[in-house]
Amino acid sequence: MDKRILLDIKNLFVWYKVFGGYFKVLNGVNLVVKEGERVGLVGEAGCGKTTTMKSILRILPPGDFKIPEGEIFYKGKDILRMNSKEVQNLRSREIAMIFQDPTAALNPVFTIGSQLGDVVRHADIFKGSRHQKEIKDNSIKALKEVYLPDPERMLVNYPFQLSGGMRQRVCIAMSISSPRNLLIADEPGTSLDVTIQDQIHRLLNEIVDKRNTAIILITHSLGVAREMTDRIYVMYAGTIVEVATPEILFKNPVHPYTKGLLASVPKISGGGIANGIPGKLPNYLNPPSGCRFQPRCECVNPTCIEKPPQLYEIEKNHLVACHLTQR
Amino acid sequence: MEQTKNNKILIIEKLKKYFNIGKGKQGFIYVRAVDEVNIDINYGETLGLVGESGSGKSTIAYTVVGMYHPTSGKIIFKGENIGKEASKRRLSSKKEIQIVFQDPGSSLNPKQTIEQILSLPYKIHTNLNKKQYQEKIIELLEKVELSPEYLYKLPPSIGGGEKQMVAIARALAPNPSLVVLDEPTSALDVSVQAKIINKLIDLQREMNLTYLFITHDLSLMRNVANRIAIMYLGKICEVAEAITFFEKPLHPYTQMLISSVPVISEEEEHLKPKKVISIGEIPSPVNIPSGCSFHLRCPYKKDVCSKIDPEMIEVSPGHMVRCHLFYS
Repeated sequence: MDKRILLDIKNLFVWYKVFGGYFKVLNGVNLVVKEGERVGLVGEAGCGKTTTMKSILRILPPGDFKIPEGEIFYKGKDILRMNSKEVQNLRSREIAMIFQDPTAALNPVFTIGSQLGDVVRHADIFKGSRHQKEIKDNSIKALKEVYLPDPERMLVNYPFQLSGGMRQRVCIAMSISSPRNLLIADEPGTSLDVTIQDQIHRLLNEIVDKRNTAIILITHSLGVAREMTDRIYVMYAGTIVEVATPEILFKNPVHPYTKGLLASVPKISGGGIANGIPGKLPNYLNPPSGCRFQPRCECVNPTCIEKPPQLYEIEKNHLVACHLTQR
Repeated sequence: MEQTKNNKILIIEKLKKYFNIGKGKQGFIYVRAVDEVNIDINYGETLGLVGESGSGKSTIAYTVVGMYHPTSGKIIFKGENIGKEASKRRLSSKKEIQIVFQDPGSSLNPKQTIEQILSLPYKIHTNLNKKQYQEKIIELLEKVELSPEYLYKLPPSIGGGEKQMVAIARALAPNPSLVVLDEPTSALDVSVQAKIINKLIDLQREMNLTYLFITHDLSLMRNVANRIAIMYLGKICEVAEAITFFEKPLHPYTQMLISSVPVISEEEEHLKPKKVISIGEIPSPVNIPSGCSFHLRCPYKKDVCSKIDPEMIEVSPGHMVRCHLFYS
């Protein structure tokens, strides 16, 4: 417990404006990242993982959202109350994000060199004092660090000349071209093949170890989270339902949603697959009262419909938000 | 037909599919998507065809259903060579082979109701009148656990899992014997995937279906397929029963694939072969490397690998591998 807290999301609500009201997507998210820690955020499509991450960097679609409640502290400072200059600073020097689809993250009409050079230039505290050559050297160094072959030639290439795995490596190079304290990786391997995904994950692990950077890994695959992280947050419909270390979570899942999710994952040791979780994600326009998982839960009782459960500790390093286990 | 081939529903012999992508200095340039592939499928089994993107697994699927005309080779379905485009096939053989696509969002017409979508196969393949096939459609929806109220809905208004169920229902409407499943669950979440996979297994038992299941997810195959074939750059490199496949993977590429699968328990961790570190990427099918196409990424590479392309050999009954390491 001696590590300092780097990022602390407290009771965050994010609503999107749509025709006929608000999509109440995030519903009181709490998330803590300590320095140098690897945190996994696991959940199915549409559960609000990416929304959470986008609100950290303040890159939610402008004008379409509303944050009625919540705070995001980064090194003790509330990101949601920063002015634009401070946010700019945060994005260029403190937090970097790796997106899911490297094809969409890179601009197709600029070379890798010019895009990477931009990042390097903006990360420089003494803006403009650097020579072109220094920027180029730094870009090459970053490309070497992600094991891209022939980095000099890579600088004059366009994104379409690279394969998906190489593009993702370029994106990672961008995020590590200057020292950062927090990396946010939004499903970095999902659009790639398993063998390439494995390479990308090994690379990320190596970078995080070497530089002692904290990382938030967003993924929908429990297997990836198990192999990559120190602590896993399981998310469902905009709420964190369970937090635990991988050892505890995979041996002793408590929340019915986590249990259902774990049972649905096909295993290479065989034994068939459980029948999934009945129902589907709630409509965010009119989310269910009380616990958001209640309409799909098999062991629902009256309290579940009345009030939403809060996260509380059931054992060391294991938090659950469920009325069933609360005594 | 020979006696030994009697239990095979589909035999693919030396299938080749090249795509012409333009003219270069030395004549036409081809993408060799499928190159001399031999596979066979028994009645009532599920054959898993696994490979990375660009390995040609979908091309095989599309050639089997007749969306592509094979460059050469034979596709023998129930003793008849159907290696031609769908427009040149007999209607009765088209009826027997159906396909479910990866993305239900784009394989269903968003402007047609579910009823319209599901009535087309009946209009083409049966002589039923409207009233009769409407009853059949309701029966069909029941089979995939959708209530009759879905009849008048449009695909964009229903969830991804339900859309895929409609696509499966459409494939089952003409009462086929072989269903080609082209990554039917890779666009869906695990909890939805589980439901669909279990439904598919039930339907197979109920309707005596044979599946050609195409996917990139090995752990899913372990739970669904009877036999697994691994594809790499247009060629099959290993075929085995699902159980032996995970207990005794032979081809270095198979070992690399299995060791790359993220797993969720200790028990599975032990099943993984000694870590074969994944290096390199799948080369372009335009410039296939000489010799064994995998030799650039192979950790056990020998001199012969870059010169001679290995032949498929049978190491134990039903377990075939195409690698120089197993030549005795």
